[in-house]
Amino acid sequence: MSLSRRDFLKTTAAASAAAAVGIAVPQEAQAAVAQAESGWKWDKGVCRFCGTGCGIMLATKGGKIVAVKGDPAAPVNRGLNCIKGYFNAKIMYGADRLKQPLLRIGKDGKFDKNGKFQPVSWKRAFDEMEVNIKKALKASGPEGVGVFASGQYTVMEGYAAQKMMKGGFRSNAIDPNARHCMASAVVGFYQTFGIDEPSGCYDDIELTDTVVTWGANMAEMHPILWSRVSDRKLSSPDKVKVVNISTYRHRGSDLSDVEIIFSPSTDLALWNYVAREIVYNYPESIDWDFVKKHIVFAASPVNMGYGMRRAGEKSLLPVRADGSAGKYSAKEMEIINREMQTTVSEKEAPALAPYGYKAGDKMVHKPAGLKHWEISFEEYKKFLAPYTLDYVAKISKGNPDESIDDFKKKLQYLAKLYVEKGRKVVSFWTMGMNQHTRGTWVNTLAYNVHFLLGKQAKPGNGAFSLTGQPSACGTAREVGTFCHRLPADMMVKSKKHRTIVENSWKVPAGTLNPVGNQHIMKIHRDIEDGVVKFAWVNVCNPYHDTASANHWIKAARTMDNFIVCSDGYPGISAKVADLILPSAMIYEKWGGYGNAERRTQLWRQQVLPVGDAMSDTWQWIELSKRFTVKDVWGEQPLRGNKKLPDVISKAKAMGYNEDTTMFEILFANKRAKSYSKDMNDPINAGYDDTESIGDSRGVIGSDGKEWKGYGFHIHKYLFEEYADFGRGHAHDLADFDTYHRVRGLKWPVVDGKETQWRFNARYDPYARKANSGDFAFYGPLAKALSQGDLMGITDKAKKSLKNKAKIFARPYMDPPEMPDSKYDTWMCTGRVLEHWHSGTMTMRVPELYRAVPEALCYINPADAKIKGFKQGELIWVESRRGKVRARVETRGRNRVPKGLIFVPWFDEKVFINKVCLDATCPMSKQTDYKKCAVKLYKA
Amino acid sequence: MSNLDSKKPVITQRRRFLSVMAQSVGLSALGGMVWTGYIEEAKSAPLILRPPGAKPEIDFLRMCIKCGQCAEACPFDTLLMAKPGDKKPMGTPYFIPRDVPCYMCTDIPCVPVCPTGALDEESVSSVVEGEKVLDINRSKMGLAVVDEESCIAYWGIQCDACHRACPLMDEAIVLEYKRNDRTGKHAFLIPKVISEACTGCGLCERACVTEKAAIFVLPIEIAQGKVGGYYIKGWDSKDEKRLEDVSTDVATQTKRSELAPQDYLNSDEVLFDD
Repeated sequence: MSLSRRDFLKTTAAASAAAAVGIAVPQEAQAAVAQAESGWKWDKGVCRFCGTGCGIMLATKGGKIVAVKGDPAAPVNRGLNCIKGYFNAKIMYGADRLKQPLLRIGKDGKFDKNGKFQPVSWKRAFDEMEVNIKKALKASGPEGVGVFASGQYTVMEGYAAQKMMKGGFRSNAIDPNARHCMASAVVGFYQTFGIDEPSGCYDDIELTDTVVTWGANMAEMHPILWSRVSDRKLSSPDKVKVVNISTYRHRGSDLSDVEIIFSPSTDLALWNYVAREIVYNYPESIDWDFVKKHIVFAASPVNMGYGMRRAGEKSLLPVRADGSAGKYSAKEMEIINREMQTTVSEKEAPALAPYGYKAGDKMVHKPAGLKHWEISFEEYKKFLAPYTLDYVAKISKGNPDESIDDFKKKLQYLAKLYVEKGRKVVSFWTMGMNQHTRGTWVNTLAYNVHFLLGKQAKPGNGAFSLTGQPSACGTAREVGTFCHRLPADMMVKSKKHRTIVENSWKVPAGTLNPVGNQHIMKIHRDIEDGVVKFAWVNVCNPYHDTASANHWIKAARTMDNFIVCSDGYPGISAKVADLILPSAMIYEKWGGYGNAERRTQLWRQQVLPVGDAMSDTWQWIELSKRFTVKDVWGEQPLRGNKKLPDVISKAKAMGYNEDTTMFEILFANKRAKSYSKDMNDPINAGYDDTESIGDSRGVIGSDGKEWKGYGFHIHKYLFEEYADFGRGHAHDLADFDTYHRVRGLKWPVVDGKETQWRFNARYDPYARKANSGDFAFYGPLAKALSQGDLMGITDKAKKSLKNKAKIFARPYMDPPEMPDSKYDTWMCTGRVLEHWHSGTMTMRVPELYRAVPEALCYINPADAKIKGFKQGELIWVESRRGKVRARVETRGRNRVPKGLIFVPWFDEKVFINKVCLDATCPMSKQTDYKKCAVKLYKA
Repeated sequence: MSNLDSKKPVITQRRRFLSVMAQSVGLSALGGMVWTGYIEEAKSAPLILRPPGAKPEIDFLRMCIKCGQCAEACPFDTLLMAKPGDKKPMGTPYFIPRDVPCYMCTDIPCVPVCPTGALDEESVSSVVEGEKVLDINRSKMGLAVVDEESCIAYWGIQCDACHRACPLMDEAIVLEYKRNDRTGKHAFLIPKVISEACTGCGLCERACVTEKAAIFVLPIEIAQGKVGGYYIKGWDSKDEKRLEDVSTDVATQTKRSELAPQDYLNSDEVLFDD
């Protein structure tokens, strides 16, 4: 929508009058005139894609986004974009946009799980959801209702979904695809700092002397940041060093001074090698002032499994003589059995020696949770002892064609770069370290090295976790749409935190569910076990993006459950669903994202959604109208004979009655209505707001009547109520209106000022307030520990470590599945620059589709030759779980060493997640997509 | 563009189509005899890209018997046989990289099947450990050229789709890193084609994300200029190679040197006004 005619007349009249009498018209007003005359209008937005958070400007004309430009005022990208960003204008207008709700309908006109999709009204869609949610609640309690949430939710969508799920349904079974993406980073932050998200910011790139990328192909996945790294390198090519550490050569090696190709999972050994060099060979490099004042050492159990299913779970029963179990084949069980017990290998034995293991020992694995305890520096030193150059080089060298001596020289070079006095170092990582069966561990190991050297939380110095998704930080993490989280780093298991949230939400004490364990993999497994009976897909594609995909698709399609998928385009998850809801896409709604450097960015609705599409915020709020106090707030059963109390009487005491709807309590309450929608307010003037005031499409809404809006500023309300949780708690966000004037701000925003480096008293007001010297690691989580040694706790009494951070002893361990004689090749999956995730948007942009129309199997030419594969030929890639056909590529962007292949996952026709293993980091529950074993043969 | 403007080319197109049709009718009536003469007619297509190993165009046209076996062998349907209306020498194989590029099969199925040597196996082979092996990287189907004005990498966009699509990445297309003073903190990553390594497969042209490809393949003789042998790069010892074929006929003539010395000297021209 462009300026209204009246606005246009007003502005042009003012401008011409001003020109006539020679008054200087403010630039903005002049720009508005020029725009009005030219027939298009520019407004700021945020790129839809990765976690970099580039600012863009959107041109609207005739109710459509017609062009984008990089926003020259955006500090991240200063007017530039990568090629995905370049095509933001085209992502919403694919020929097959979903425009109306679709339901599987049988011959009798009723819902039929095996029926064909047919258009239905929004009212019918919500009727079906209501019936099926009530059915699921009756069958399994709140744990029977699940949501596949997203790191691509807007802040407001995520908050609305979380509020209805946790406050309304009292279900914590809401977990974002960010679980697959950032969970290991999060637990790393929690355990190390006691609070989530990076201490540094992108300015570190311009300030550092050294960039080390660990399992991060920034050149393809964060291209704008990579161009900043490139610029830094060019600014001082001799001084600035770039090291690329990966399991295969990718585009990031192009700029690098040194490339280290390591064997999958041995990045832990590499980090511990660097730490050992510091402690044993360069002790003078340790910043003891910093370490003594701000650091404690810690350890945790090593026999914690690999996040797979455990024996005794419903779908693993019965166990049969042929080795198969329940719904899992004997081949699959070969790997799953390692969840319970492994044999210590020669490769991992030296690293596990300080824990009392030797090669050949049985290791019995048990769930260990997040337990850890304080140890002495001497214990940490003992833990580091095995990581000699010889041992680490032997187990980590990932390219069989490289000489061990060359590899050793590179490791020594790496250590020296870190150690060098006065040399600033930034370590970046992404999915290589997060999607890892020891993901949390390896995240914490990164901080170890930086802490020992006093190179953390300083300009140009720090270990920096890059984010994959545009609002993995802003929504999934900060809003807390994880099963265990609440806004602003609060936890469902904490009574104190639940009370804070219950008070804010005006829901009775005891409403919130304290058990938050249904992470994404658990929701899938719970569907397969028949516990979750209703699942709703929001802004993600879980049936495409989850490993061991065959199991989850089968469970969704063949069992008694009801799957709803909200999406802009039909993908695998929509195909699997029973009901599809057409969602408004990014610039068709008001929204906000938070990027990897803690920058929060908001935008306005630029155009009306296509067809009858409506935003996910609206879908959640409309759903809340269908549930009353008596439907959800009575006593509710949980697994393990637990239950949630009946809070109806407390609700009545608060002035609600049994028939008060969740809509009235959670969304259309007194506070919400105080945010009036003032169309003269410059933030709102001239812009649509479908949810708040309806729109000219006149969509027939959830009650069968024309949608006219909530009548108040729902987006501002959701944002402000959410933001209040963090204000004053080191998560401070500015107010809604401010974000519409600026190009994002890095939280905590205190006294109108953003924070560049957290925990550093010079830059972070919260660190100053803590009054603990130059640094204060003030995060409050896990800040009192028992004492012990590597083997366990020796003194249970908890000691406070207020304002301190932790260095963890965490060893190299083998992943559960490694190549063997039957499945002889490592398989790694990931993305390509041209496509975003499962390709639902980018595969519909003709130029991007043409550039990369299919996923290829990148294989070493020598391996291809031995196996008799020709370039371009179709081959099978088969694991114990499934197989796909892909074309052989021995050239191009990814050059893999012998024994490893890389197959991207964007292409549903090369459905590589049928091959991947759903092992996770047992602490973070993040899936390891980077390693499993496959065999390859001609198709 | 107004309707009037666009009318002209339409008529021309149509005329050309009709004339090609007429020629092909003639061809089928008279059999193979007219081929050579016909080729002269249709040679007005210097932008045609040939399969790997194709002899220089004049020789190729002489040797190609239009049997179509190369196109038959191509697993990607890259190769087309020129039809009436294609404005290409009729019946000869060619490809349009923006539609389907050459995927550079390592076993080059299109070349060995050529019965006449119009596609020359020798030119796409190399000797590895004393053995002759097919080597698609030696093929010279054309040369990729970048239009720096429409290439968005030259704007600072992080694109390089052509570089990643290049089967000889970092050999045939390399990235040049340059600082972007406009933003002060980003770098240009600019694709540069290395003519020695580029095979002209066109995977870059296919991948290019601009509306009309900003990188495109031209026949080498059209894409490239040529430096004379009389100047050798003082900073590049390999450049002396160009002396190998240098001509010893070094005489030069310009308009200024037209007159013999005496004729020039004995003329008063230029010395006096009037």
